[in-house]
Amino acid sequence: MADFQGVDYFNLDGLLSEDERMVRETVRNFVDAEVLPIIERHYQAGTFPVTLLPKMAELGLFGATFPAKYGCAEMNNVAYGLVMQELERGDSGLRSFTSVQSGLVMYPIFTFGSEEQKDRWLPRLADGSAIGCFGLTEPDFGSNPGGMITRAERRGNEYVLNGAKMWITNGTLADVAVVWAKLDGEIRGFLVEKGTPGFTAPEMTGKHSLRASVTSELVFQDCVIPASNLLPKTSGLRSPLMCLSQARYGIAWGALGAAMACYDTALSYAKSRIQFDKPIAAFQMTQEKLVGMITEITKGQLLCLQLGRLKDAGRAKYTQISLAKRNNVYHALEIARSAREILGANGILGEYPVMRHAANLESVKTYEGTHEMHTLIVGEDITGFPAFQ
Amino acid sequence: MKLIACINHVPDTATRVSIGADGKSIDRTGVTFVLNPYDEFAVEQCLRLKEKNGGEVIAVSLGGDAHKETLRKALAMGVDKAVLLKDDSPRDSFAVAHALAEYAKAQSPDAIFFGKQSVDADDAAVGPMVAELLGMPSVTVVVKMDVNGTDVVAEREIEGGREVVATKLPAVFTAQKGLNEPRYPSLKGIMAAKSKLIEEIAPAAVPARVQVTAMRKPASKNPGKIVGTDVSAVPELVRLLHEEARVI
Repeated sequence: MADFQGVDYFNLDGLLSEDERMVRETVRNFVDAEVLPIIERHYQAGTFPVTLLPKMAELGLFGATFPAKYGCAEMNNVAYGLVMQELERGDSGLRSFTSVQSGLVMYPIFTFGSEEQKDRWLPRLADGSAIGCFGLTEPDFGSNPGGMITRAERRGNEYVLNGAKMWITNGTLADVAVVWAKLDGEIRGFLVEKGTPGFTAPEMTGKHSLRASVTSELVFQDCVIPASNLLPKTSGLRSPLMCLSQARYGIAWGALGAAMACYDTALSYAKSRIQFDKPIAAFQMTQEKLVGMITEITKGQLLCLQLGRLKDAGRAKYTQISLAKRNNVYHALEIARSAREILGANGILGEYPVMRHAANLESVKTYEGTHEMHTLIVGEDITGFPAFQ
Repeated sequence: MKLIACINHVPDTATRVSIGADGKSIDRTGVTFVLNPYDEFAVEQCLRLKEKNGGEVIAVSLGGDAHKETLRKALAMGVDKAVLLKDDSPRDSFAVAHALAEYAKAQSPDAIFFGKQSVDADDAAVGPMVAELLGMPSVTVVVKMDVNGTDVVAEREIEGGREVVATKLPAVFTAQKGLNEPRYPSLKGIMAAKSKLIEEIAPAAVPARVQVTAMRKPASKNPGKIVGTDVSAVPELVRLLHEEARVI
C-alpha cells in the first residue's frame, strides 16, 4: 500500500507551523516504516512491540512537551497532539503507551513531584530507560475513583500501601508506578518502584481489544515505600484528574489517527473493489458512508486544533477536553465500523487495519472516562446540575 | 572534517504534478515539496563522518525561500549550519553547479556530498560538474564508503554489479540508496532547528547554456482490453499478442 498522504480536506495544514508539520511528518514516516509492517503480528499474538521503544525514545516521543533540561523536546501541545494522531494511526496500543508515559507518569512527576523526584525520573522516562504506569482505577471503582479502597499509612519514615488497581496500561512493564491511595482520607500520589516487596503487577489476559498493549493489575500487600516517594504536591482527587486531562487531550487527537487509517483504507478499497461492473465507490450508499467519514474527521481535526491552541495559551478547560475526547472517539468508532462495512468480509481480516482499530476504539470509548461520564461532565458544565451525584 | 551536503527541494514523488501555464515548468500549486530522497543519504553520510571524525556539516541549497523548509529538515537531522543560495530564477545544471562550487571553494571542505540525482529534473549532473569546477575527483552512485585519513575506498553501483574505487580527499561523492539508513529528524532536533539561523547568500548570475523549451507528459497509455474470462479467449489472446502487441 502507498504511504499515507494524510487526510486534510479543509487545508488545515496551513494552520500548522513548519515545525508542527515536520514533527507530524517524522512520526508519520516512523509509523509507516517501523510500525505498520509489524503491528498486526503483535496484535494477533497479543504482545506489545517492545522493540520499538528505543526508536520511539530516540525520536523524542516521550514527554515531548516537557523542558529540555530533562532531555525533552519542549514542543507545544499541537505538535504533541499530532504525534498522538500519527501513533494511533498505527495502533491505539502505541498511542496508549506514549499517553501513559507522558501524560500520566511524567506529567504528575513534573507537576506534583519534588526536585529530586523530577531529576531522578524525568530524564530516564524521556530516554526510555525507564517505563512508567499510572494506578488510579480499582476493580470496584472506575467512573467513581474517589471511592477508592487503596490505603497508605505512615509508619515512621515510610508509607505502607495496601489495595489493588486494575486496567493499568504498561503495569507489568513499568519500572515505576504512580499510585493513588488514600492517606488519612485524602487521595495522594506515590511512586512505587518495580521489585518493591509487597508489590506485584500481573498481566491481564484474554482481551479482544488493545491486544498490542500490556494491561495489568497492580497489587499492594503491606508494600513499604520510603516517605520520600510521596508526590508532595498532590492533594485530593483533583490531582489525578489533572493527569487524566492530559491523557484525554492526547486521546482526542489519537482517535483522529485511527479514523484516518480506516477512512484511507475504505476509500482506496472502495475505488478498486468492483461489483456489478463498477467500483463500489460509484454507488451512492458507499459515497454516503465515505462522505460521513471525511466530514467527521474534518470536524474532529478543527476541534483538536483549537483545543490545542487553547491549551498552549493555558486556556483549555477540562470540560472542553471531555467534549473533544467524547466526540472524536465516538466518531472514530463509527468510522471504523463504516469502513468495516465497506470492506465487507475483507474488513475482518488482519490484512486491513480496520477491525483492529474498531476493536481498539471499543476500549478507547470507555477508558479515561467513559463516553457517558464525559457526557455528564459537559452536561454539568452547561446546565450547572451535576447528574452523576 | 569540514563536510558539505548539497541538498535540493523537490516535489514529493507521491504527488501528481501538472505542467504550468508557460509549458516549460511544473505548476507548483498544491504540490508538496520534500528534501530530495537521495540527498537524505548525502546528509546522513556527512553526519556519520562528523560523528566519527569530528568537524562540521554544512547543508547548502540553491533556490527560493521555499528551500528553507528543506534546509530546516537538514538542521533537524543534525547538520551544524544551513546556507541558502537565494535565487528563484530558473537555472540549468551548470548554473546551479557554478553557484555551489563558488560557495564551496570559499569553505575548503574535505568532502562534498550530493544525492546521485534530484528526483525532479533527473539530470544527475550537478555533483560531477561541481567536482570539475573545483578540480576535485568525483565518485558517483556510491553505495558504500570507508574513509581513512584522506584515503577513501568507495563502492559504486554499476549495471549488474559493483565497482570498487579508491580516491583521496578532498573529493565529491554522490549518494545512492543503500549507502546508509537516513535518521529521522528527532523532535528535539526539530525544536532546536527552529532557533538556528539559515544564512542567505546571493549567488552570482551565470548565463544558462541549456534552456528548457518545452515540457510534456508522456503519451497516455491506451486502456487495457479484456478479451474474455475463460479458456475460450485464449486463441484471440494469442492472436492479439502476435499481431497487435507483437510480443510473440
